[in-house]
Amino acid sequence: MTRILDARRLTPVTKLFRLDAPLIAASARPGQFVMLRVREGGERIPITIADYDRAAGTITIVVQEAGATTRRVCALEPGDSLLDVAGPLGSEIDLPPGGHICGVGGGFGAAALLCLMRERSAFGDRTTTILGARTKELVILADELARVSRSVEVCTDDGSDGFHGFVTQRLAQLIAGGGPGRPDAVVAIGPMAMMRAVADTTRPHGIKTLVSMDPLMVDGTGMCGGCRVNVGGQPRFACVDGPCFDAHEVDFDTAMRRNKAYVREEKIASDLVGCVSGRSQGDASQAL
Amino acid sequence: MPVRRFDKTPMPAQEAQARAHNFFEVNGGYTAARAAFEAERCLRCQHPVCVDGCPVHIPIRDFIHAVAAGNMTGAARILRSANPLPAICGRVCPQESQCEAECSMGGRFDPVAIGHLERYVADWERTQALAIEPAITKTAKIGIIGAGPSGLVCAGELARLGYPVTIYEALHAPGGVLRYGIPEFRLPKAVLDWEIDILRAMGVEIVCNVIIGKTLTLDDLTNRLGYAAIFIGTGAGLPQFLGIPGENLNGVYSANEFLTRINLMRAYDFPNADTPVRVGKRVAVIGAGNTAMDAVRTALRMGADEAMIVYRRSDEEMSARVEEYHHAIEEGVAFHWLTGPLEVIDDGSGWAAGLKCQRMELGEPDASGRRRPVPIPDSEFVLPVDNVVLAIGTTPNPLLTRTTAGLATTAKGCLLADEATGLTSKTMVFAGGDAVTGAATVILAAGAGKRAAHAIDAALSAQPH
Repeated sequence: MTRILDARRLTPVTKLFRLDAPLIAASARPGQFVMLRVREGGERIPITIADYDRAAGTITIVVQEAGATTRRVCALEPGDSLLDVAGPLGSEIDLPPGGHICGVGGGFGAAALLCLMRERSAFGDRTTTILGARTKELVILADELARVSRSVEVCTDDGSDGFHGFVTQRLAQLIAGGGPGRPDAVVAIGPMAMMRAVADTTRPHGIKTLVSMDPLMVDGTGMCGGCRVNVGGQPRFACVDGPCFDAHEVDFDTAMRRNKAYVREEKIASDLVGCVSGRSQGDASQAL
Repeated sequence: MPVRRFDKTPMPAQEAQARAHNFFEVNGGYTAARAAFEAERCLRCQHPVCVDGCPVHIPIRDFIHAVAAGNMTGAARILRSANPLPAICGRVCPQESQCEAECSMGGRFDPVAIGHLERYVADWERTQALAIEPAITKTAKIGIIGAGPSGLVCAGELARLGYPVTIYEALHAPGGVLRYGIPEFRLPKAVLDWEIDILRAMGVEIVCNVIIGKTLTLDDLTNRLGYAAIFIGTGAGLPQFLGIPGENLNGVYSANEFLTRINLMRAYDFPNADTPVRVGKRVAVIGAGNTAMDAVRTALRMGADEAMIVYRRSDEEMSARVEEYHHAIEEGVAFHWLTGPLEVIDDGSGWAAGLKCQRMELGEPDASGRRRPVPIPDSEFVLPVDNVVLAIGTTPNPLLTRTTAGLATTAKGCLLADEATGLTSKTMVFAGGDAVTGAATVILAAGAGKRAAHAIDAALSAQPH
């Protein structure tokens, strides 16, 4: 059992949790994730580690209500416990130090940039975070990310906050020389469609780009291959070889199709829990 | 002398038509009368060669003699002194190629049903109130990585020898392949839980959700946490894929994923359990080992009208247990021998719709000693299927070796370990089971765990205090 120390609503559909997990906090690295299970008979879902505090022995995760399991998690409060939390899993984000790193966070995926940008900034890298959401109320952790990045660029689809438009449009401006400088590397974490759009934006410029893939996972330790992703024509296990891969090598079409394999079952399970938020992500996975 | 009966006393089993659609255990177990009847068939050899065939060297003659004499307490004690998992091994061991292959009754007559009797004794024990107390007398802590058969047996032996033992398990429940791989209809989870509860009662601590190599490293265990010796029993859980076109279509599973969803995550009970699985009307399982038999029989129970084995060699080369093969035939599994898969066909929406295959014939023996399958030209055909399950083997998971310096492995990723002791290339680090041998059997893993436990005891006993 893993105790929830703090819980905070970030938006109507996302919630931040600080967990008492000293072993995971001690060895976590940016880009890694945990598998969690909320009840007996519950499924195992992957959730990215947003941040960790080694001294306090805590990790931070952000969960978006997208189906049965995430709804159950988001109903928990401080003092409650998660049945199983295992990690850290996956490989850390592998980028050479130095230069200008641009983190692009879409929706609740932005949370996963916290520990990456904090470590890179502390290391002396130049850091820019681009945050995207449909509208102002859905932008998460802008203040926290501002503290750990040299600059933060908020983008909203409806123009209610910051730049009016998609993260990719703002990213293209940066690459063209409008704003805090052309990035040497981009790390995009968010919905699959957004990550693919980021890959398409940076590809013509040859900018090294990593995306954090969120395939369906079962064990998360490399023993089933359910999370396999085609990268450069080769099958790779996202839970062990990833979840971050070279964006320009990823077969997004296959990945998006595989993530919809259980849409019918997810609806059944979700309906059983009852509609909390009245909103479904439409994407099979709840992770990342 | 009673009259010697030539035939094995049959094990009652669920009728094939009924059991093919439920997850209840197929074999019903001996009654007391059947057990006594079968125990009487044992010749009580002066030099019981059956024991040589048993990887954990159970005193087979003695426990069977105790059953024949009606001394069940004695039988259980003898059995458990040699094997910490008798209720499991009695069910899943390939006795026909181990103890029963050596039985003096064999050859002319049926060998004594040693496995059925082992199971009978262990199941009798399950009905008794066991008074087990931890008997930890030693101070040197032992760390075990992996709660599968080798780790559980190693832990049980070490606890019996008085050591405080902690098992670290990556998944949320212990058992390894006994939990996620072998289905309920062959090994009820209640039996597994009971065996593990006995280990806990003996003082074995089991810590789940800790992935050694990620959460902690092996060196953390020896350096920071002070374990005097380590046993690695991490198995061979990395599934192999064929690399054929269409392998990433929806509806194509590794057997590990298919069985884990159903056994560990209880997808058969969806939506009461949250994990889904999609089993269509026609399921092809590629491979012919025990995992393939488990997967194909599971597919039937999940509602498939047609469940078939597709194998590029012939039934002669099949590695599955004879009993499981017969059970599969009785339940209506179809077998496509000498059939090599070429491609999974797309239904147009990203789901599997068929398996394109070619006919094979057997050529000269290959490196494995088995005749090599050779494609027959222009023999391609398509099997219409909704699911393809790949049960073509597993290799050791590299998660631990990637993060442990100085742990020598073979080219195939198996740990290098001394055959007699299990000692690896690292001081006081031992290993056994599938992590060393590649995918093998439960009982071979158990044997390796037991040998390593005694080697650990010998090494620690030899150290100056």
